[in-house]
Amino acid sequence: MQRFANPTRFMQISDAVMPWLAGLTLLLLAVGLYLAWFVAPPDYQQGETVRIMFIHVPAAWLAMAVYTLIAAASIGSLIWRHPLADVAAKVAAPIGACFTLLALITGMLWGKPMWGAYWVWDARLTSVLILFFLYLGLIAIWQAVDDYSRAGRTAAILAIVGFINVPIIKFSVDWWNTLHQPASIVRIDGPAIHPSILVPLLVMAIAFTCLFAVLQLLSMKAEILRRRVATLQAGRVASAIQAQAAG
Amino acid sequence: MTIFADLGPHAGFILAAYGAAVVLVGGLGAWIVADYRRQLRLLAELESLGVKRRSSR
Repeated sequence: MQRFANPTRFMQISDAVMPWLAGLTLLLLAVGLYLAWFVAPPDYQQGETVRIMFIHVPAAWLAMAVYTLIAAASIGSLIWRHPLADVAAKVAAPIGACFTLLALITGMLWGKPMWGAYWVWDARLTSVLILFFLYLGLIAIWQAVDDYSRAGRTAAILAIVGFINVPIIKFSVDWWNTLHQPASIVRIDGPAIHPSILVPLLVMAIAFTCLFAVLQLLSMKAEILRRRVATLQAGRVASAIQAQAAG
Repeated sequence: MTIFADLGPHAGFILAAYGAAVVLVGGLGAWIVADYRRQLRLLAELESLGVKRRSSR
């Protein structure tokens, strides 16, 4: 694992993987959208609005999965000082925030015709809103603190403490009375969704996960380059000062 | 494309949800690609001035 922790090695591997991953993402998105729009039938209760689920649920899954990845990377950053861990944690925050916002917006657009309200302050919706604020907090720390090392440590502590919110989101529908429906896919007694709707949903979920991987890899590459640029610029300034002092 | 005409009374909500996905994820993707290209350009500019990383000297 340590040999992949080298940023140069990571750049080489991601360069090789990226075209294939991007191609797979486009293919899965095309198949998923075709299944979601032209194959999946309307739901017997929700009618055509069930089509919102094909983007809402993958976005909500990713919102939680990306935060979990950030928390894991933060542990790697704090304990093992993994060279790529805080790069991964930093760049995942805006991507996770985007998927969380998408889950919130599509949830509101699904809730209005089904529940009669865009928003209710129930446990599931509120805990996802808190997740969005946690993402904004992580982004704010990285923007506010210039020193990468200090920003990384501060963001890592917030990410690890904030991880408590992830199981709260998952089990909120079981622990409290909410308007949001209970889990219907990841259940002990199997999915409660008919395969005609479940298969497109799973394809879209895999497509969104691949899309996240593409965005994450590209964003990590950009961050590694940004740090190289910053190091070179700092070195250039230091050389100029030394030359001036010697002259 | 009759499916778009058959979305029923809630067509606006469905299309708005997919529109939000395109705008948000598309915008994020465009921002990340632009940032990556900017960093590549900055690095190339520095290297053209003779500033090199220790590992590439």
